[in-house]
Amino acid sequence: MYAAAVFLPLLAATIAGLFGRQIGDRGAQLVTCSAICVSALLSVIIFVEVALGGEARQIELFEWIRSGTFEASWALRFDTLSAVMLIVVTFVSAAVHIYSIGYMHHDPHVPRFMAYLSLFTFSMLMLVTADNLLQLFFGWEGVGLCSYLLIGFWFDRPSANAAAIKAFIVNRVGDFGFALGILSVYFIFDSIVFDTIFAAAPQHAGTVMSFLDLDLPALEIACFLLFIGAMGKSAQLGLHTWLPDAMEGPTPVSALIHAATMVTAGVFMVARLSPLFEYAPGTLGFVAFIGATTAFFAATVGLVQNDIKRVIAYSTCSQLGYMFFAAGVSAYPAAIFHLMTHAFFKALLFLGAGSVIHAMSDEQDMQKMGGIWRMIPVTYVLMWIGSLALAGIPIFAGYYSKDMILESAWGAHTGIGDYAFWMGIAAAVMTAFYSWRLIFMTFHGQPRASEIVMAHVHESPPVMIGPLVFLAIGAVFAGLVGYEAFVGDGMHRFWGDSILILPEHRAMEAAHHAPAWVKLLPLVMGVTGIALAWLFYMAAPGLPGRLAGSLKPLYLFLLNKWYFDELYDRIFVRPAFALGRGLWKGGDGAIIDGLGPDGLAATTRRIAVQTSRLQSGYVYHYAFAMLIGVVMLISWYLYRQGM
Amino acid sequence: MGFPILSLTTFLPLVGALLIIVFARGDDDAVVARNARGTALWTSLVTFLLSLLIWVGFDPADPGFQMVERVELFPAFSMTYQMGVDGISIFFVLLSTFLTPLCILSSWGAVETRVKEYMISFLVLETLMVGMFCALDLVLFYVFFEGVLIPMFLIIGVWGGARRVYAAFKFFLYTLTGSVLMLLAILAMYFTSGTTDLIANLGYGFPAAMQTWLWLAFFASFAVKVPMWPVHTWLPDAHVEAPTAGSVILAGVLLKMGGYGFLRFSLPMFPEASEMFAPLVFALSVVAIIYTSLVALAQEDMKKLIAYSSVAHMGFVTIGIFTRTQQGIEGAIFQMLSHGIVSGALFLCVGVVYDRMHTREIARYGGLVHRMPKYAFVFMVFTLGAVGLPGTSGFVGEFLTLVGAFLVNTWLAFFAATGLILGAMYMLYLYRRVIFGKLVHEDLKGITDLNWREAAIMAPLVLMVLWMGINPGVFLDSISGSVAHLLDGQPIRAAADGATVLQAAQR
Repeated sequence: MYAAAVFLPLLAATIAGLFGRQIGDRGAQLVTCSAICVSALLSVIIFVEVALGGEARQIELFEWIRSGTFEASWALRFDTLSAVMLIVVTFVSAAVHIYSIGYMHHDPHVPRFMAYLSLFTFSMLMLVTADNLLQLFFGWEGVGLCSYLLIGFWFDRPSANAAAIKAFIVNRVGDFGFALGILSVYFIFDSIVFDTIFAAAPQHAGTVMSFLDLDLPALEIACFLLFIGAMGKSAQLGLHTWLPDAMEGPTPVSALIHAATMVTAGVFMVARLSPLFEYAPGTLGFVAFIGATTAFFAATVGLVQNDIKRVIAYSTCSQLGYMFFAAGVSAYPAAIFHLMTHAFFKALLFLGAGSVIHAMSDEQDMQKMGGIWRMIPVTYVLMWIGSLALAGIPIFAGYYSKDMILESAWGAHTGIGDYAFWMGIAAAVMTAFYSWRLIFMTFHGQPRASEIVMAHVHESPPVMIGPLVFLAIGAVFAGLVGYEAFVGDGMHRFWGDSILILPEHRAMEAAHHAPAWVKLLPLVMGVTGIALAWLFYMAAPGLPGRLAGSLKPLYLFLLNKWYFDELYDRIFVRPAFALGRGLWKGGDGAIIDGLGPDGLAATTRRIAVQTSRLQSGYVYHYAFAMLIGVVMLISWYLYRQGM
Repeated sequence: MGFPILSLTTFLPLVGALLIIVFARGDDDAVVARNARGTALWTSLVTFLLSLLIWVGFDPADPGFQMVERVELFPAFSMTYQMGVDGISIFFVLLSTFLTPLCILSSWGAVETRVKEYMISFLVLETLMVGMFCALDLVLFYVFFEGVLIPMFLIIGVWGGARRVYAAFKFFLYTLTGSVLMLLAILAMYFTSGTTDLIANLGYGFPAAMQTWLWLAFFASFAVKVPMWPVHTWLPDAHVEAPTAGSVILAGVLLKMGGYGFLRFSLPMFPEASEMFAPLVFALSVVAIIYTSLVALAQEDMKKLIAYSSVAHMGFVTIGIFTRTQQGIEGAIFQMLSHGIVSGALFLCVGVVYDRMHTREIARYGGLVHRMPKYAFVFMVFTLGAVGLPGTSGFVGEFLTLVGAFLVNTWLAFFAATGLILGAMYMLYLYRRVIFGKLVHEDLKGITDLNWREAAIMAPLVLMVLWMGINPGVFLDSISGSVAHLLDGQPIRAAADGATVLQAAQR
């Protein structure tokens, strides 16, 4: 049963992918949707047994790689952490699968799409149930591959192809760190199996190793390198550039992969490896710093974007930053709690946006929307729910998890914790602002779309609304229901051994005793953001334009996403191609071949030509040459005689 | 000596070639061609089945040579005919016998001139390849090692593209230059140890000063074959001009002769020299990985791109071998096997569209997925294998190699790991330009998907890529014993043990 929960989606993906033509669109949808639904049901049973019942277990399938002491098996690990992830992944995935039936109904490649979705789900499940670092890497790369395939799903579009490659390559940069991290772990522990390395971590707390001629604490090096991988997958500052572009993929993909599950893999990884990260305080500080900065950075960019999906994408980036700085102050349960609630409300927002896009005849530019809330009231209400949850308004899910994160950051009582707290507060006001900017621009005001589009605006079919309602229920209640077990008093019993927090890392205890202003400030900020958005986009619609005009450099800086793409293009992409061409023509062509075979051949030919010139055919030439030879011979003979 | 299965596997293709010479004759060219193809295919298939028996009879627990056959040839010179396999060579034999029938099948319609001679060349080539991996006598090895050049030279020179003569000569000159030095080294070894028996030479223990020279002489030959930077420039030209099947064998098996040579000669016979020169090999390999990956990025010809990627992938192999760790060497061997399959398959993929469009220029393609979904799928699998995605064969070798590299030197692992990024760049960029996008070129609009024969060629390759990626233990188990045995004779610690190293680094 445990293995079935993981492997059913793979089976469905294989059937839909290889026999899509035989079973048709309906068949592919039926196979994949039922597989994932069964998987979700099994996950509930697993959650009850493992997380609530406290029966963690491992299932060894078969050996993967063994070479010397380097061993990795295909094995599934079920503890509270993976059970929680199992629930999140299978539930959101099931919702997205069903939603896709409606959203993709006029696409000519339905079986392929469903197969990719299921393959993704399988990879993600392998990732969260991994029992060793190498299998984690397998899932990690597997979801990356599916992300690549799904971003580039509409392979006719050059922009989609470019975005797909970008996503894969940027993630590979992260994986470069991840791979070196795995190697460091093996180097330190002589094993990459979780139980073994977790057990041995305390004794290596003081170990020093030499990496690139730097002698540093071994665990700091390993954790830092592994975190580079997390930065890539979870789109943290520096390696975030692929995520907004990934919106080229179909919207259900954005909801599942680029909001709810795959991008949170980095957070999961840090939580999973908490027994290592806890002994690497320097890296934890770095994690918190990157998370906090990303939360702030992405929120600023989200303020000015006009593509409805990109706004939500930057919002995702920003929320992932929250999760990371929570992990960075050792509040892993809070990070996973937010991961869970975020999965629901962000998937809801994306799918809601998809519903809007669907209604607007595939329009994504919010400047060409407006005035449609009466026409699609259900979607409108659902978007409100998602936004309320995101902004952290009480009783909605985000309120519980986000406040817990901010309070933990405050409770860390460290410099980096304070930095994260204030960055998080600043991001909170911006989050509320751009969320309601989105709502107001999309649904309210004068219609800005063409009449043909407006005449066609319609509510989505039940097969799309159903999953939205399901996610909305999660977005409302997930926080309330989960609070006690995830981050409340039942925390230690609930998480069991799956997450380690050293006794001296007291951020979460302190969070519960935070003063009233710390607890209230996020809410105040959220409400302020909403009010500002109302002022800017409802009360005084001319204001944003005037503000953008008077702060033009800042506006452009934000609109162009802090110029990261331009910078990377100049520093990495173009030089790589130029260097490649230069080495090819100059290195291989001119130098190696020029001096090597071609040069040698040319020299040989030249010598041959010159030698052949000696054979002129004139007798006196030969006679002269002979004479010289005779003279030299005689001289040499006499010289020898003289000795 | 029992049933001489190694000799049988080695010389069966030669028998097939003789049969073609004797029986495939007549006035009707079409009939001759058909008979030649049929005979060649059946011969190579039987050879493959026969070679599977070698695997069946192979005992992974025995690290030494197995199924040894020995016949005294010239007792006066103590020269013997001696064959045998161990964990290092067995899968190279299987790789050769596995790829040959696929090559012959892929040439079915692609080669139309001098079919008879073409098939003869391939069968002779197979004999020489298998013989090379089984030979346990220096002279015998040399004969096979050099003999391989001749049919390959002919395949490129006769059935190749427009600049085939230039390419064939470049290939021949490069590889022969190295070989001459190797011959001198073999003579020197014979005069020192008094025997050409490879097993005896393995245990002889050459003096350190002599090792240096012998190592360099062998290096000259093997480095060209691998090929290592900067003696790699023959490879892109040879690949571009070679017919598809020629490229497959060239990339699939011939490049492995260099790596195999390092493992059979350089490491066990000249351990001190190997330790001394390891940094040189590392430096050249790292340059190869980064340099040729960047060059691959700039290519406009599909075959050239894959050829350059081969150089980069073989860079991992040479690193792995000279780390002299259990993981590094096993990884290197596995990487060679995987590369043999993946790059061979990629060349076959190029061949599929080349047969239809008669161009390898990347810009002339695009949007093939619209017309060729099956092709797009298999191409994707092999692309991922080349990228080294976990779950494909490419990952196992690459990662184990990196493990070995990390244990030896973190800088080495750091630079080698950049290959992960660069490899993904040029392969996905290639795939995008050929397969994705709109179908804009008029002449592509009638292009057809894989036919049954092409599908039959691709299917076993796809299965191998996945099998080796998901359950590599089947292969690694047979390899590990001989690798451990090889490492026993090395001057440094035998098996990699992370903990010891770490303590050495601790202060």
